[in-house]
Amino acid sequence: MANINLIIDDFKVTVEEGTSILQAAEKVNVKIPTLCYHEDLCVAGNCRVCVVEVEGMRTLPASCAIPAEEGMVVKTNTPKVRRARKDIVSLLVSEHNTQCTTCYRSTNCELQNLSAEYNIDNETYMSVLKPDIVIDRSSWAIEKDDSKCIRCQRCVRTCAELQHVNAIDVVHKGKDMIISTFVDAPMNDVVCVNCGQCINHCPTGALTERRYFDDVWDAIGDDEKHVIINTAPSVRVGLGEMLGFPVGTRVTGKMVTALRKIGFDSVLDTDFTADLTIIEEGTELLTRLKKALVDKKKVALPMMTSCSPGWVKFIEHMYPDHLDHLSTCKSPQQMFGSLAKTYYAEKKGIDPKNIVCVAGMPCAAKKYEANRPEMRDSGFQDIDAGLTTREIGHMIKQAGINFLDLEESDFDSLMGESTGAGVIFGATGGVMEAALRTAYEIVTGREVPFENLRIMPVRGDEGIKEATIKIEGCLPEWSFLEGVELKVAVAHGLINARTIMDQVVKGESPYHFIEIMACPGGCIGGGGQPIPTNAEIRKKRTEAIYAEDEGKVLRKSHENPEIKQIYKEFLKEPLGHKSHELLHTKYRKRFRY
Amino acid sequence: MTEVQEKVRDLSEKYGRRRENLLPILQGIVEKEHYLTSEAMIQVAKELDISAAEVYGTASFYSFLDTEQRGQYVIRVCKTISCDMKGKNSIIKAIEDVLKIKVGETTQSKMFTLLETNCLGWCHKAPAILINDEPYTNLTPAKIKAILGDYIRNAEGKQKIIGDIQYER
Ligand code: SF4
Ligand code: SF4
Ligand code: SF4
Ligand code: FES
Ligand code: FES
Repeated sequence: MANINLIIDDFKVTVEEGTSILQAAEKVNVKIPTLCYHEDLCVAGNCRVCVVEVEGMRTLPASCAIPAEEGMVVKTNTPKVRRARKDIVSLLVSEHNTQCTTCYRSTNCELQNLSAEYNIDNETYMSVLKPDIVIDRSSWAIEKDDSKCIRCQRCVRTCAELQHVNAIDVVHKGKDMIISTFVDAPMNDVVCVNCGQCINHCPTGALTERRYFDDVWDAIGDDEKHVIINTAPSVRVGLGEMLGFPVGTRVTGKMVTALRKIGFDSVLDTDFTADLTIIEEGTELLTRLKKALVDKKKVALPMMTSCSPGWVKFIEHMYPDHLDHLSTCKSPQQMFGSLAKTYYAEKKGIDPKNIVCVAGMPCAAKKYEANRPEMRDSGFQDIDAGLTTREIGHMIKQAGINFLDLEESDFDSLMGESTGAGVIFGATGGVMEAALRTAYEIVTGREVPFENLRIMPVRGDEGIKEATIKIEGCLPEWSFLEGVELKVAVAHGLINARTIMDQVVKGESPYHFIEIMACPGGCIGGGGQPIPTNAEIRKKRTEAIYAEDEGKVLRKSHENPEIKQIYKEFLKEPLGHKSHELLHTKYRKRFRY
Repeated sequence: MTEVQEKVRDLSEKYGRRRENLLPILQGIVEKEHYLTSEAMIQVAKELDISAAEVYGTASFYSFLDTEQRGQYVIRVCKTISCDMKGKNSIIKAIEDVLKIKVGETTQSKMFTLLETNCLGWCHKAPAILINDEPYTNLTPAKIKAILGDYIRNAEGKQKIIGDIQYER
C-alpha cells in the first residue's frame, strides 16, 4: 500500500493510504477529541467534535472520517477549530440532562471531560432537554436513560457489528431521533442478550448497568446475614484500572483484602467452580463422544460451552431449535450459587436462608442470569446479586479504602481454592484450554502435549480459532477414542458465534467442541469491565490472565484439592445425581424478533 | 400464515429478499394496509433476515411509513410557511368539522386519518393537502368539504362503514 506524507500541527507524518487524519495525528501524539468514534467500531462521523482545519478546504472536516492525503497540511488547534468544537459540545450539553453530581458515569464520562476541557459553563445555550424522559429499568442488567444520550450511535454499532443482535437502533428522526428498540418496547421485552457491550462503548451515562451495590451494602449491614462473594477471574485483572493501577495489573490479593474490609463474611473464588465446570463439562463431552462413537446414538455434536449467559440468551433467541448443542452445565457463577446454599451451608453449619451470595463479575449478563427462574436449585435464589467490576470498584471507593497501599491476602475457604485452569476462563480460548488440559489427561493419563501446558492455537484475539488434537495412547477404558482427531473451535463476540452457528444449522460444522464467549476478548473484555475497553487494553488484561495462570502451583482443574474434596464428600461423581440436581440446567426457546 | 404475512411474503418475492429492498417492501405494505403493524414489520424482518429493530428504525424515519393505525384515507395537510400563510388552519378546521376528529386522529370507522405534514412542493398553489397519494391544491374550506363529501359518497356506494360521519352538503 502506498505511503502518504502530510503535516499535522507542524509535525511531518507518514502513514499508509486510507489512514484517517485522526489516526495519523495519534502517531505524532497530537490528541484530537472524539465522541462518536470508537476504535472497535466503524466510523460514523456524526458528532463532528473531531473537526480540524485543512489548508485549502473551506469547511472543517471531521478528522475521524477523512483519510489523510498526500501533502495535506492539517491544523488541529486553531481559534476556528476551538470555536467549532466548543459550539458542538455546548449544543450537546443544551439537550443533555446534565446531572454530573448524581451521575454514575461522573469522572468517567467523555462528554463531561470535553465540556470541562472546553469550559462550557462560559457559554451555554438555552436548555432544550426534552421533558418526561423515563429511564428504562425493565431489564435486570441494562439501564437506559435517553436524557443522557448524545446520539453518537456507538451502542447501535456495537450491537450490530460486534454482537449482531441489533436489539437497538436509531428510530424516529430529526429532533425526535432516539436510540430505541422494536416499536420502542422496554429493553426487557426485546432480543437484547444483556451482554453490556453497548454500556462499555457508550461515552456517557445513557447506558449503564443496573446497580445492586446498595442491596449488597444492606445485606452486609444485617447481622443475621452471612454474606459471601465469589469473584470471577477477569475482575482481578481489570479492577486495578479503576483504583489507580496501570492497565493489566493483577490485583488479586488486594482485591481480596478490600472485599474483606468491605465486610463480606467470606471472600471466595469463582475459579473454584470454573474448575468444577471443567470436570462436569469435560465428562459431558466425553460421554457425548462415547454415545456417538461407541453406542452409535444420535447426540448433539458439536457440544458448545454454556458459561457465558449473553451467549446462552443469544442462542435461545436466534437458534431456538439448536439448544441441544449447549452443554447442560450451569455457568461457574451459578454453580457457585447453588453450592453455596447447599454444600457450603452444610459444611459451615449456616442456615442457607441466611446466606446472601453475591457474584463479582466482569459482566452485565450475569445480573440477568442470576434472576433466571431456572437458577433456584438450592431452594433459594442461588445468586442474590451480581455486581460488575465497576460496581466493586465503586464499593471500594465508597468504603474509603486506600487500595494502592493495601496488603495482599488469600481467598477464604471453602470454595476458594482454584487452579490456573480456572483463571484462564477469563480470556477467549481459556475454557477450551482448561478443558483440554483435563480431558486429554483423563483419556490418556498424560499431560496435553504442549509446552508448559500452553495450548497456543486456542489463544489470541482472532474472532474464530480452530485446533485439532490427535488422541493417541488412550487408557483402556477410553480406547474408542484412539486415533480420533478432536476438532475444536473458539469464538468470541457474538458476530463470530453467528458464523459458527450458521455452520451448525447447515450440518456442516466439523467440530466436536466449541467455546463461545459473548464478549470480544472473552470476559476480560466483558460488558461490566472498567471503561474504556479497547484492543490494547484487552491485550494487557489477557496477558495478566495468562501470567496469573503461570503463577499458580496447580494448573489443571482435576488437581484442585477442594474439587477432589467436594466429589468425595458431596457430589460423589461427575454428572452424578447431585450434579444433575445442582450443577446442570435447561434452556428455553425464545422469540427471534 | 396470516393474510398480512402472505402479503409481505409476496412483496418480498416481488422485490427480492435483500436489505436494500426494505423500502419498496414497506411502501408496498402501506399502500395496501395504510400502515405497518408490528406483525407486518416482524414478517419483513424474517423475510429479509434482519432485525425487527432495524425495520422499525427505517419505518419510523419516514413520515409516509406509518407505524400507528391509520384510516383508509390519510389526509396530510401541509403545515409549512406558504400554506400556513394561505390559511391551512381554516382547512384543518373544516376537515375537523366534517370528520369530527382532531389532527393525529382517525375516525371510528377507520376511514380517515388527519395529519399534518411538511412542504409538499405545491407552494405556488397553497394551501395544499394530500389524500393518500392524491394532491388537492388552492383549497378553501368549502372546497375541501366538497372533496371529502365525494370521498364519503364514493365509499358509501361500496360499503356502509361511515356511521360516525355527518357532513354538510
Ligand atoms: S452522562 Fe456525563 S455529562 Fe451527562 S450527567 Fe453523566 S457525567 Fe455528566
Ligand atoms: S446510548 Fe450512549 S452510545 Fe448510544 S447513542 Fe446514546 S450516548 Fe451514544
Ligand atoms: S446489551 Fe448487548 S445485546 Fe443488549 S443492546 Fe447492548 S449490545 Fe445489544
Ligand atoms: S469523532 Fe469524528 S465525527 Fe464524531
Ligand atoms: S408550503 Fe405547503 S406545499 Fe410548500
